[in-house]
Amino acid sequence: MSRAARLSPGRGWAPLIIGLATAWMALIVLLPLGTVFVEAFRRGGMAFLEAFRQPDTWAAVRLTLVVAAIAVPLNTVFGVAAAWCIARFEFKGKNLLVTLIDLPFSVSPVISGLVWVLLFGAAGWFAPLMQDLGVQVIFTTTGLVLATVLVTLPFVARELIPLMQEQGADEEAAAITLGAGGWTTFFTVTLPNIRWALLYGVLLCNARAMGEFGAVSVVSGHIRGRTNTLPLHVEILYNEYNFVGAFAVASGLAGLALFTLLIKSGLEWRYAGELAATRRR
Amino acid sequence: MTSATASWRFREPGVLPGFPLAFGFTVFYLSVIVLIPLAALVVRPWEGGWEPVWRVLSDPRTLAALRLSFGAAAVAAVVNAVMGLIVAWALVRYDFPGKRLLDAMVDLPFALPTAVAGIALTAIYAPNGPLGAWFADMGLQIAYTPRGVLIALIFVGLPFVVRTVQPVLEDVDREVEEAAETLGAGAFQRARLVILPAVAPALLAGCGLAFARAVGEYGSVIFIAGNMPLRSEIAPLLIIIQLEQFNYAGAAAIGLAMLVLSFIILLILNIIQGRLVRRSAP
Repeated sequence: MSRAARLSPGRGWAPLIIGLATAWMALIVLLPLGTVFVEAFRRGGMAFLEAFRQPDTWAAVRLTLVVAAIAVPLNTVFGVAAAWCIARFEFKGKNLLVTLIDLPFSVSPVISGLVWVLLFGAAGWFAPLMQDLGVQVIFTTTGLVLATVLVTLPFVARELIPLMQEQGADEEAAAITLGAGGWTTFFTVTLPNIRWALLYGVLLCNARAMGEFGAVSVVSGHIRGRTNTLPLHVEILYNEYNFVGAFAVASGLAGLALFTLLIKSGLEWRYAGELAATRRR
Repeated sequence: MTSATASWRFREPGVLPGFPLAFGFTVFYLSVIVLIPLAALVVRPWEGGWEPVWRVLSDPRTLAALRLSFGAAAVAAVVNAVMGLIVAWALVRYDFPGKRLLDAMVDLPFALPTAVAGIALTAIYAPNGPLGAWFADMGLQIAYTPRGVLIALIFVGLPFVVRTVQPVLEDVDREVEEAAETLGAGAFQRARLVILPAVAPALLAGCGLAFARAVGEYGSVIFIAGNMPLRSEIAPLLIIIQLEQFNYAGAAAIGLAMLVLSFIILLILNIIQGRLVRRSAP
């Protein structure tokens, strides 16, 4: 028996496995995605647009953008700082620090919202202090930002730490030895080396920040037009039996998800060598 | 400066600047955003002593919710292990039209906001939905039962197993496989003796990630669950219900119980995974 013929029994499984994988993906992923758009246009284009004529919807869009515009840059700066000390220096407790950075990923989003209520809610630890200062956190944009920052904290750091560890410090050390200052070295050597991984992390961080539901649901208080982000607005419309409106707003969020995946795949395809090793295909 | 930084044992001795600033900021930020808030979760349940904690956690409604959250998450993780392995296998080993699209779509459950997934799954599996009606004809209700919770958790966990198994499957030495083949091993024997031992640790790790995510999942579940007490109510929802009654200690107690339980289970998975790694690399 020839070698090719011997190998053929394994090859015979190909149609079955490909078919099974495709069918499963169609059922679990594509069907829900398609349903969002089908339901959004169930009563035609005018009904679809109706949801976007409501001022509440635009207030939700605005709030979602504001929250992401604060939370994402904060976590980006954090990610760069964390990666700089973890990937460039040796110190005691480094493993603990890495574990702590990943912690928000293993905590329920509802808990990520709950902890802020425990601190700043009506019976929170800092409630008396906040009352003296005249500042309210829960049921305000501040609360939404804090919950979102906690949930999305690991995204940028996780992309940068493995990449910078892999790249090593040689180029930066050379720049410093040649007399470049610390910030100059960072902006001319480090940043160009990590820019695509940084963009990748920011992209995922932003998608989660704009789509977060559980954590913001706990701290929001669901005040229409004031503390309602887009995902929360979807819930309100849905619970009011305004299904077309809920799915219309949801289709906007699904569009954001598809856009994120498109850019993400593009980065993986075009700049694979400049991303963390786990992202290379 | 040099004497202060020397104690931190630079990898490149003393060359790179910025450690005190970067480290200080990292620790400060992490304390404010993660450590202090989670400290509140650990401390606040005990404000009234053991008794209120015990009352909340021994409540049949709490126990039923914890059982559903952890049970459905475990079943979903197992389903995802099997189907995730098949999807990863197809993506790594074969070429077919639409492969790149399929690969990109694996991450959709990461990218799609959970509330969007939740209402879409409900529309599909509700008794008047396309698949829900079909199941209803067979006398099976999916939405508004624990089965609906399971469907949502399978959706949410899908990427974890695929993405952890994929790179390992790429690295499995084809020569070892071919050697096994020339020695007369059939397709099943090769899968069992060569491939499974190599991917088992990654498979388990992916399972753990999918499980951890599913236990705390909220947005994609609450729409399809129906949220009936004792039957289809998940633990995170119970936290919100306790908060709405201003029972902070009770809410924190349920949250802390979820965290502790998950960590114990993940720790056990970690230990098993360590054993598997040692066994497959003698």
